[in-house]
Amino acid sequence: MAIKVENLTFVYNEGTALEQRALDGVSFEIPDGQFVGLIGHTGSGKSTLIQHLNGLVKPTGGKIYYNGEDIYGEGYSLRQLRSKVGLVFQYPEHQLFEVDVISDVCYGPRNLGLSEEEVRQRAEDALRLVGMKEKYWEQSPFELSGGQKRRVAIAGVLAMNPEVLILDEPTAGLDPKGRDEILDQVEKLHDARGMTIILVSHSMEDMARYADRLLVMNHGKKAFDGTPREIFRHYRELEQMGLAAPQVTYVVHALRERGVEIDEDITTVEEARDALLAVLQNGGGLRNASGGMI
Amino acid sequence: MGIIKASRLVFDYIRRDEEENIEEVDRAIDGLDVDVEKGSFVAILGHNGSGKSTLAKHINAILVPTEGTVWVSDMDTADESKVWEIRKRAGMVFQNPDNQIIGNVVEEDVGFGPENIGVPTDDIWKRVDESLEAVGMTAYRYKSPNKLSGGQKQRVAIAGVMAMRPECIVLDEPTAMLDPNGRKEVIRTVRELNQKEGITVLLITHYMEEVVHADRVIVMDEGKIVMDGTPREIFSRVDELKKYRLDVPQVTELAYELRRGGADMPEGILSLDEFVESFMKALSGREAERRS
Repeated sequence: MAIKVENLTFVYNEGTALEQRALDGVSFEIPDGQFVGLIGHTGSGKSTLIQHLNGLVKPTGGKIYYNGEDIYGEGYSLRQLRSKVGLVFQYPEHQLFEVDVISDVCYGPRNLGLSEEEVRQRAEDALRLVGMKEKYWEQSPFELSGGQKRRVAIAGVLAMNPEVLILDEPTAGLDPKGRDEILDQVEKLHDARGMTIILVSHSMEDMARYADRLLVMNHGKKAFDGTPREIFRHYRELEQMGLAAPQVTYVVHALRERGVEIDEDITTVEEARDALLAVLQNGGGLRNASGGMI
Repeated sequence: MGIIKASRLVFDYIRRDEEENIEEVDRAIDGLDVDVEKGSFVAILGHNGSGKSTLAKHINAILVPTEGTVWVSDMDTADESKVWEIRKRAGMVFQNPDNQIIGNVVEEDVGFGPENIGVPTDDIWKRVDESLEAVGMTAYRYKSPNKLSGGQKQRVAIAGVMAMRPECIVLDEPTAMLDPNGRKEVIRTVRELNQKEGITVLLITHYMEEVVHADRVIVMDEGKIVMDGTPREIFSRVDELKKYRLDVPQVTELAYELRRGGADMPEGILSLDEFVESFMKALSGREAERRS
């Protein structure tokens, strides 16, 4: 068990006229190595929640444990927590500042007090992990494309060797190919290094494709918690929360209403393709209910 | 000639060293021709760095051409005496709502533009009323913009542009930072302005679902227009789009995949309903075959 959140509550401007309950009794556990998607409309409490996970904000109530230790307990080193739980903010490229790519990535590990050799090694590893070719390392980060800048910013966090990587909308503003590239890299980190991933995204299509589990936030509360298949079954409720299911889910439900027998839990284009081709092959209309499913 | 026209447009970003010598020239737009009809809804697609935003900035004279000419309502954007007139005609909305809002109260923010160009007070309020009504934000006119959702802020930004009584709105990824509801809200508003008020819309986006209702889709790559047609024409060319680092809506992709798998599905399906109808037809076709 890596992260345990217990009855977490956070109130902005407590005791004033502007008091606002951003988190309200949120509890969950995230085991090591899980790929968790965090969804919710703007203002649902997602960002406040992830800021708690690496100790940037102190809760109004409740506890957070990292590997069994209370991160707000006495003597707990938040500094160390932050090197284990890496947080990539929205538009992280706005935080690039160094003269060249490699120096920017070295900045974090250098602050950990490592040897210069180790710092360099970590930065190089991190840049390779995000797929930044060596020819860019000496370039100014400001001359790179949007997608490349973002990779450099993510490398800066990876160079801290985190056990958990939290990404707040890492694909906002990127073109479709750029989105896929970033998320494929993240998935690789998850698969190859067993890194725990918490991904905040508004793209339900991406969530269906990458996440093992989805946490849905609504008005500061945890509304749903389950696999993408389980969550997208509740697509009507999701809509009421300002969210939606992937377009494929709507296709599946519309076809089922017309009597086509396919699995209602389909959430990706690949799954839908296979299921629908099978229906065409074997027949799957109402009149042929026995042969539809395989 | 349409409301916006570019002829052999070239734009170079030029980087100079300390002595003002040219260090590097980056050609963002490379000999582009385009003609946009008044009242149309045009979507512009293209990967990051394809030149979309550079083109958009030419339309209200934030940038002027290195070579070639851009006309907005028959005015040459390189003519400095016309800059303010051009900006009144062609308004811009950017990606980040927080960078575009300046007023402490919604109605003040919307009135800022007309006030700046010396519109008489009575007329300013009239314009504010109309603009807020047009984007469906009248109920929020006395609120602080800080308290609004991302989608609402973008609608206020659009109202601010509308208050200038433009003929054309250019939106540069207005939904990139919004959640699904906010996205829908903004696109619905833009479509309404196009349909009810006859405003010409140029929408730059990376979300393919936002493009399906456009009259025309333009795809840019390396500073040139590489595809130009109706959404159905463009989204029929799935492989080509992927080559330009783009995508298609999930229903279009699914139909395309089924075609490749041998199913009798038409090209360029854009909506859920179209998909369902086509699939049911393909299915009954197969069943008729099986029976005979």
